Amino acid sequence: MGGPPLADGIDTDIRAISPLPVQKAGGGSVWLLLVKRLLLGLLLLWAVSLVIFAGTQILPGDVATSMLGQQATPEAVASIRKELGLEQPAPVRYVKWLGAAIGGDFGRSYSNRQDIAKSIAPRLKNTLLLAAMAAVIAVPLAILLGILSVLYNGTWIDRTIGLVTLSAISLPEFFAGYLLIAYFSVAHFWLPSSATVSDAMPIGQRLVVMLLPCLTLVLAVLGHMMRMTRAALLNVMASPYIETALLKGLPWWRIVWKHALPNALSPIVNVVALNLAYLIVGVVVVEVIFVYPGMGQYLVDHVAKRDVPVVQAAGLVFAAVYILLNILADMVSVLTNPRLRHSR
Amino acid sequence: MPGSPTLSNILQPTRRQFLQNAGLMTTALSAGGVLLPGSANAQAAAPTKGGHLILGLDTASSSDRLDPAFYTEAYMYTVGFQLFNTVLELGPDGKLFGALAESWEAATPDASKWVFKLKKGIQFHNGKELVAQDVVYSLNHHRGENSNSGGKGQLLAVTDIKATDTHEVTVTLSAGNADFPAALVDYHMGIGPDGSDFDKGVGTGAFILEDFQPGVRALTKRNPNYWASDRAHVDSVETIAMSDATARMAALLSGQVHVINRVEPRTLDRLSSRPGIQILRSQENTMFCFPMRVDAAPYDNVDLRLALKYAIDREELQKSLLVGTGAIGNDNPIASWNPYFAKDIPLRAYDADKAAFHFKKAGSPGGIQLSVSDNGFPGSVDAAQLFQASAAKSGITIDVERVPSDGYWDEVWLKKPFVASNWSVRPTADAMLSLIFQSDAPWNETAWRDPAFDKLLADARVELDETKRKQIYHDLQVKLVDEGGELIPLFVDNLAAASDKVGGYVPVPGGGDLSGYRLAERAWLNA
Repeated sequence: MGGPPLADGIDTDIRAISPLPVQKAGGGSVWLLLVKRLLLGLLLLWAVSLVIFAGTQILPGDVATSMLGQQATPEAVASIRKELGLEQPAPVRYVKWLGAAIGGDFGRSYSNRQDIAKSIAPRLKNTLLLAAMAAVIAVPLAILLGILSVLYNGTWIDRTIGLVTLSAISLPEFFAGYLLIAYFSVAHFWLPSSATVSDAMPIGQRLVVMLLPCLTLVLAVLGHMMRMTRAALLNVMASPYIETALLKGLPWWRIVWKHALPNALSPIVNVVALNLAYLIVGVVVVEVIFVYPGMGQYLVDHVAKRDVPVVQAAGLVFAAVYILLNILADMVSVLTNPRLRHSR
Repeated sequence: MPGSPTLSNILQPTRRQFLQNAGLMTTALSAGGVLLPGSANAQAAAPTKGGHLILGLDTASSSDRLDPAFYTEAYMYTVGFQLFNTVLELGPDGKLFGALAESWEAATPDASKWVFKLKKGIQFHNGKELVAQDVVYSLNHHRGENSNSGGKGQLLAVTDIKATDTHEVTVTLSAGNADFPAALVDYHMGIGPDGSDFDKGVGTGAFILEDFQPGVRALTKRNPNYWASDRAHVDSVETIAMSDATARMAALLSGQVHVINRVEPRTLDRLSSRPGIQILRSQENTMFCFPMRVDAAPYDNVDLRLALKYAIDREELQKSLLVGTGAIGNDNPIASWNPYFAKDIPLRAYDADKAAFHFKKAGSPGGIQLSVSDNGFPGSVDAAQLFQASAAKSGITIDVERVPSDGYWDEVWLKKPFVASNWSVRPTADAMLSLIFQSDAPWNETAWRDPAFDKLLADARVELDETKRKQIYHDLQVKLVDEGGELIPLFVDNLAAASDKVGGYVPVPGGGDLSGYRLAERAWLNA
C-alpha cells in the first residue's frame, strides 16, 4: 500500500484546503478520506486477527483433541501436537502466523494439511455468487417496494407491503428456508431442496439449484432495506422543496425519483451495505440447510476442529468484506451528500 | 404438507408386496433383522446394472482427508470403502470373509502368528497388481511412534508384519489373539499401493475417485476391473455432505438423493408412511451409556452402583428417546446379536425399592453429579433428567450438570466421575471388552482395573475351544452386570432411509451403518 500516486493525492489535498476552488477541494478530500479509511481498515483487520486468535485459544480443547474426538489417545494427541508445533507458546505461534500472512501465505490447514488459500477460494466464490444473486434481486426490489409504499402511503398497498416484508423479517431464516423447501421441493418437486453446486454444473442449472437459498436470503434482508427506503423517503417528502415541486405541478413519480430519492440515498446506501455484508458473512444457517458449499460451512467445520490458521483466514476474509463494504457505503454517502466532506 | 391424500397409494403396493414376498420376508427376518417390506422386496430382485447412486450423508467435514488413518465418522467410512478394500470383511452373518485375502490361519497354536494369503490378479486403480508388500506398507501406515492413525490401537499388539511370499503376509503378535483377524476389518485398514500417498485415494475398491471436495461431495465411478464380480452395480456414486437432518429428509423426499443416514427415531413414523421410501435398519449398532469411575467416591462403592442401576427406568428411556426402536441394555456391553451374548442374565428392570435398599446400604452418600452434554450421546441431557426423576423416587438425589458439547471428549469424558458416553458396538466380544474394560486400555472410561478380569480376558483371547471361550465371556459379562461401573440403559439401531428404487441393502451387525458402510458397492438402482 501507499505508492506515489496516493501521496500525490494527499499533497494536492493539503494545498487545496482553502485557496483553491471548492470543486477541486471536494474531490481531493474524498481521496484523503478513502486513504484514511483504508488505513483504519487495515488496523481494524489486525485487531480482528488478534481477537480471533485469542478467541480460539480460550475455547476448550485444541486441534489434536478435537480432531481425534472420542478416539484420542495420549500418544496420538502428543504426536499431532508435536507435528503441528503446538507445544510452542501461543504468542510465538501468533507472531509466526502473522509474519507469514503478511507475506500472503495463510499456511496449511492443521486438520487436513491442505493449502488454505486454495481451499478457501472456491468457497468464497460460491458465497459471493449466492450473495450477488440475492443482492441483484433484493436491492432493486426493496427500493422499488419502498418507493411504492411512499407513493401509496397509507393505502392498502403500503400496508400490504409493510405486513409482508415485516413477516418475512420476523421468520428465522432456517424456518423460512424449511417452509420454502416444504412447498417448492417436497410438496411440488418444482425446485431442488439442496444446492450442492460444483464447477462442472452448467450455469443455467446452477442458477436453478441456487434459487431456493437465494429466495430465503432475499426474504431475510428485504424488509430491512425496504423499510429504511420508505422511512428516509417519507422524511424527505415532508420538506418544503417537495411541496414546491408539487405546487409546480410535477407528477408524483418524478418528484420521488428525481428530487426525493437522491437526497434520501445516504441512509439507504448504508442499510444496503450492511445487508450486503450480512449476505456474505451471515449465511451459515442458510448454507447448512441448503447444503450449499460456501464459506460459512467451511468456517464452522474448522472452528469445531480448532483449526486456528483456517479460522484466522476465514475470519479475516469476513472482516475485510465487512470493512470494505462499510467504506464503500461511506464513500457513496459522501459523494451524494457534499456536506459530509467537511468534518468540523 | 401432503401425505394424507396419498395414504391409500401407500397402503396398496405395500400390501401387494407383502403378499408376494411373505415367504421371502420370513427368510429375511430369520436371517437377521430385515424388517421392512421394502428391503425384502429389494432382496428378492436380481441386481440391475448401471445408474448414478446419490448418497446424502451426515458427519462430513471440510477438514476430511482421504487417508484412511484419519477417518472418524460415517461419511468418510462410506467414501473410503468405495475406494479402498480391507484384507478381510465382516459379513451380514457376523462372520469374517476374505476380501483381498483368499485364506488366513493362525500359524502357531497360541494364535500369536497369523498368515494371510492374498488373492491373485487384483489390480489397484492405477493398474498395479496387488502384492504382499502393499499390505505390509498399508498396515505399517498405522503403526509406529509417529503414527496419528485412528487404527493405531487395533495394531498395538503387532510386533512384526512381513511379506513372506509375493502373495503372503505374516503378522506376529506380542501375545496370542484368536480374534486378531477381526482387527483388519476396521475402517482404517484400507490397502493402498506400496509407498503411495493415501490422500490420493488410490486403492483396489469398487469405485475410482473422480472428484473429492472435503465437506461438500465425493464423486466416484465404477472400477471396470473390480475383483468382486457380484458387487459394484452402479456406474457412479455421488456422496453429498448433508449435515442438517431436515435437509437430508427433504432431499430424500424430493428425490434428490437415493439414500440418507442418521434418521432421527422420532421422524421414523412420518418417513416410513411416505410412498416410495424404505427404512434401512442396522440393529443394535451403538450403545448409549453412563460410565461411573469406580476409582472415585462415591462410585467406588458397589452398592451405590447397583442402586443407580436399579434407579434408572430403561423402558421409559427407550420410549422417549428412541420411540420404541433399539433395545434395552442390561449394563452388558455385549449386544444381543453377538454369539457370545449371555442370554441367561436376567434383565434389570426399574425397581425403586431395590434402588433405595442398595442406596441405604452404601450409606446414602450425597454429591452424585452426572455431567452431560448432547455430545455424550444424542438425547443424553433428556435422559439424564428422566434418570434424575426416577432416582428421586428412591431418595437418590442426582445433580445433573449440563456441560458444553464443545470439547466434551477432551475436558469432561474420562475426567469427571459420572458422565454420558456412547460406543459403536464392535464386531467381536474381545474387541468390545478390551476396548473399555482392560486395565491399561486408554479408553477405560469406568477406570475398571481388575487383574482377574484382565487375566480371563487374555485367556479367552487365546482359547480356541469354543465352549470354554463362551464360558469365560459369560463370566465376564456377569461380573460387569453385577459390579461394573458401566450403566448401559440402551442399545440403538442405526437408522437410514432410502428410495425404494435402491436394492441390495443388507445389515451388517457390528459393521456399522449402511451395510457396514459398503452400501455403495452392494446397492443397485431399480428402474
